[in-house]
Formats: sequence, structure tokens, C-alpha cells
Amino acid sequence: MSENAKLPPLPTGTVTGRAVTWAKKNLFDGWFNTLLTIGSIAFLAWLIPPIIEWAIINATLEPSIEACSEVTGACWGFVNANLRLILFGTYPYDEQWRPLLAMIILIGIICASLGGVKYPSVRKWIIPMWVIGVPVIAFLMWGGFLGLTYVQNSYWGGLPLTLILSSIGIVFAFPFGLLLALGRQSNMPALKTLSVVYIEVIRGVPLITVLFMASVMFPLFLPDGVTIDKLLRAQIGIIMFTAAYLAEVFRGGLQAVPRGQFEAGESLALPYWKSMRLIILPQALRLVIPPTVNSFISMFKDTTLVVIIGLFDFLGTVKLALRSDPAWTKYYVEGYAFAAAIFFLICFSMAKYSAYLEKELRKGERR
Amino acid sequence: MTNAQSDTQAPASFITVDGLTKRFGDTVALNDVDLRLDKGETLAIIGPSAAGKSVLMKCIVGIYGADSGSIILNGDDVSKPNAEARPEWASQIGMLFQQNALFDSLTVWENICFRQIEAGTMSRDDAKAHAIDLLGHVGLAEESAVLKPNDLSGGMQKRVGIARAISSDPALLLLDNPTAGLDPVLSNHIELMIAKIAKQRGTTVISITNDMQIARHRYQNLMMMHDGKVYWSGPTSAIDDAHNEHLTQMLNGSAQGPISMRAGKRNDGVYA
Repeated sequence: MSENAKLPPLPTGTVTGRAVTWAKKNLFDGWFNTLLTIGSIAFLAWLIPPIIEWAIINATLEPSIEACSEVTGACWGFVNANLRLILFGTYPYDEQWRPLLAMIILIGIICASLGGVKYPSVRKWIIPMWVIGVPVIAFLMWGGFLGLTYVQNSYWGGLPLTLILSSIGIVFAFPFGLLLALGRQSNMPALKTLSVVYIEVIRGVPLITVLFMASVMFPLFLPDGVTIDKLLRAQIGIIMFTAAYLAEVFRGGLQAVPRGQFEAGESLALPYWKSMRLIILPQALRLVIPPTVNSFISMFKDTTLVVIIGLFDFLGTVKLALRSDPAWTKYYVEGYAFAAAIFFLICFSMAKYSAYLEKELRKGERR
Repeated sequence: MTNAQSDTQAPASFITVDGLTKRFGDTVALNDVDLRLDKGETLAIIGPSAAGKSVLMKCIVGIYGADSGSIILNGDDVSKPNAEARPEWASQIGMLFQQNALFDSLTVWENICFRQIEAGTMSRDDAKAHAIDLLGHVGLAEESAVLKPNDLSGGMQKRVGIARAISSDPALLLLDNPTAGLDPVLSNHIELMIAKIAKQRGTTVISITNDMQIARHRYQNLMMMHDGKVYWSGPTSAIDDAHNEHLTQMLNGSAQGPISMRAGKRNDGVYA
């Protein structure tokens, strides 16, 4: 007690002195923390140097198998040599500037939309940006007129395919999930039952099954001569799957909005959709930002499963590159490490954006 | 519940509730409730918890449809769902909810003039000016107009809720526990403010309260509810000390739980 009652010592003047004070307080505060600190340092000392040695010091970037066989470290030459195959898959080599440009436009629109929500001057351009941007991206990817050769979408692949599948997936799964959540809360028995059955059935099966059904089973039910594009089927499968999960996330948010808010809307005789749009949803959606982004991140990673129906997403093209020449096959660790780094970068950005959005919206939060 | 003088002949009262019954599953929330108020009259509803006070209010404002009976407001029966006429009925009523139910994604002024902005009867600039004017009436500074409800204290939120309830100058003001959770000084201040507003504007006021003294001294009429029924109703001027003691006991019975409430003299008919 008398020990605690003392004022903490003032920080000493020198930088070293302050560092020692800080370390004593934060790293060596008691035997347990001291043990943890020493243990962690030992673990990092054991782990980090070999990784740096492998990934940087002993590695080579030279895109040749000879150079790779001479070094003991990582063969980044594999990624370097196959970069265009990994990024764009089997898209015609001479036309690969098109998916590159499409990807840059897509990322540009996404960043502008996410960052610009806060500023009214940017906000009014978000919808026009998408309305113009999406056809431009589609034109770049497909081509077929204005001098661009037609490229069937079965040749699309790599990072543009992953980004297209997931961003379109998010854009459509969000409203669909919202409708399902509202349907599940509806007073109309038919609508409610339909929503519950949909959500439970789709949640009850793995995504692979949904994709497989969409790809293999679904065409069997179509009349002769009618075909739906494989990519479109995969896209629909992803949207349907994600929407079922999002529906439950949104339902949680709707349940967390106090009853009084619904009643206040009703007391003003607001029509259902108006009351939802103006009063309930802004609150409900703000409450469920973390689980919503959670669903998006998980969906982004799940797009890699389209490989089972013969589409080459970003992870699929890495595997394709590994198989392109038997000599490269043994450098799979480098290939997967590269894919993991890109996936991490995108997922981490989503997580960071979610944290930023929560902070931005916290101003109106219930105390 | 018009005053004794006009009781014999009251052709067109402003609001008449007749035989109102509302069930939730097996629970009878309102059981044959009658109520009658002229324009500009004030009524306090008191009663222990779960007596049906809030349900009655929510039936009047149209959140719940009645199972049987009628609510005649200004000549229209508002007890049955009617999507077409609801906006028109609702525009005559201003309501303050127990937890205020302010919309926390909107600013204070947008909350106050929500109805006008949504109906398009006021431009945003006019609505803001109107809201600031109302803030003055409820004793809040102009600066609070641009804040969000959660930047305000509980008492300030209550004032904003009242400003919202009176913003469209309703003929009927419904207040669900306007002073719940406020300290006695502030309660008194809010009640005085409500009385003043009602008098100025000729508003009919129905207010739920748990304070017998406030009910007696600030309202013209009093209705005591118990178990979904009207236990006693009449002008507050008719409440003498014996009434007061009995009603206060009834009210406080809630503190001893439902068993003692049932043991109370509710069917003796002495005051009914």
C-alpha cells in the first residue's frame, strides 16, 4: 500500500534512461512478465533470422532455373519468371494490358468509394463511377469491338478474376442478404418461411457443394440449347452462399436496435421501407460492421474454391505456373508465399477499413 | 371523463375510447377500457407496472391495433388498421416515448423536424429554424441543434423528445413517463413546461406518470389503471384525502409484487 501510494518517479532526462524506465514498467514487471518477455525474445531470435536468411539474404530474383539451383534461399525467380501467368492466368499474352487496366480501374473505384463516403463532394460521384466503371471493365475484359479482340471469359484468370468475383459478390450479396434478414423478421408467414428455409439450407452445405451444384447439376435442369456461362454460375453461387451468412449477421443487428425506435417510426405512420431506410438500418448496420467485414474477408478467401469447377483464380494460377514447367514445381513454397502475401495484404486492408469505419461512425453511437 | 358539469351532455368529445380490449397471446393487456376527453383537457394515467398504461397509449397512436372496442379521435375510428388514413391521423398526434426513442443517426434538429422533412412540408432550412425555435421552448441552447442525441445528457434528451412531440403542433400530445429517470427538480421543471405548452397551444395531453402529487396538481383528470382495467377515473379536483391515500396505496402496491396487488380492494366499487 505504502509502495503504491508513492508518486511514480519522473522520467529521467536521457533517452536511454526513459527507455530503461519504460522497459522495467512494461517488459519486466514481475516474474511472470519477465519470463514472457525473455521467452518471446528467444522465440523471435530463433524464428526471424532463418526466415530473413531464406527470403532475402540467400534468395535470388533472377528468373532462371539455373540461378535458382545455385542459391540455398528462396527462388523468387519463379514468381518473377511466371508473374504474368500468375497475375493474369491464361488470358492471351499480348492482350494482358487489358485485365491489368481493368484491375487498376476496379481497385481505383473501390478505394474512391470506400474513402469518399465521408465527403459529400465525392459521395455524389460514387454511383456514377460504378455505372461507368463496370461497363468499361467488362468491355476491357471481353472486348469484341472497337478494335479489341473478343476474349472468352473461360480464359480469364488470376488476380483480376479473384477481384471481380469478390467485389461483384459483395455488391450483390449485401442487398440480397439484407432482404433475407428482413424476410426472416417479416410478419408474412410465406415470406418468413421462404427466407428461413433458404438461409438454413444454404448455410447447411459447404460452398464447394454450392459451386459444384451450380456448375454441374444446374445445367442438367436447363432446356436444350440454353446455357448459362460457367463464370456467371460461379458468381451466382458465391452470391447465394455469402448472402445466407450475411442475412444472419444483419438479423443480429436488427435485433439489437431498441424496440422504441421501431415504435417511434410507427407513431409517425412512416411506411415500412422508409422507416427501415431512415431509422432502423443505419443503426443496425453500424452495429454489425465487424461481423459483416468478417463475412467479406472469408468470402474473398473462399473465391479460391472456384478452381474446382475449372476457373483459375489467383491461387489457381499460382498452381498453374508451378505445373507449367516440371523444373519449377519444387518452388511451390515461394509460389504459395507470394499468394499468401497478396491475400494477406487485401484482407488486412479490409480489416483496417472496417476499424476506420467503426471509428468514423462511433460519433453517433449509443453511450 | 369530462367535468361533472358537462358530463350529462357531451356530444363531440375530442377523443373517446370505448370498451377497448387488447390481447397479446393469452395475456389481456387492456380489458374494456373507456376514456373520454374534450379538446384542451389534460389527463394523467397512473398505475402500477404492467397495468396497460403504455399499451393504451400505443393503441391510440396506432402502433397496436385493438382487438375490440373503438378509439374515436376527432370523429375517426383510429383503432383499426387503415394504411391510407394512418398518416393523416398520426399527424394529429405527438408522442414522447419512455426511452425518448430519438433517432441517433440524425442530428437534434433533424430529429425534431423529422416528420416535416419526410413529408416535405418544410424545406431543410425552414425545418432547422423551426427546430431551433422549439429548442428555445424546451429550454435548450441553439447550439445543441447540430449535435447528435447521444452527445446530450438524459434530461436534455427528454427535452428534445418533447420538442419532437410538439414540433408539428399536434392536437393530442401523448407522453409516456415524461419525467422517468429525472431528478425531482428537473421533473417539476419538465411538468411545468408541459403544462405551459399545453395551455399556450390548447393541446389535449395524456401523460403517464408514477407520481401521484404531480398527477393531482398538474393535470385536470386522473385515470388509475390496474391489470388492464380502469380502476378509478375522474377529475383531480374530486380527489380528497381518502381517495388520495387509497390510490397512493394502489400505486405503491406495485413495489410489493403482483400478489399484493391482487389482494388489493379492486372490486369493492367504493371509488368506481
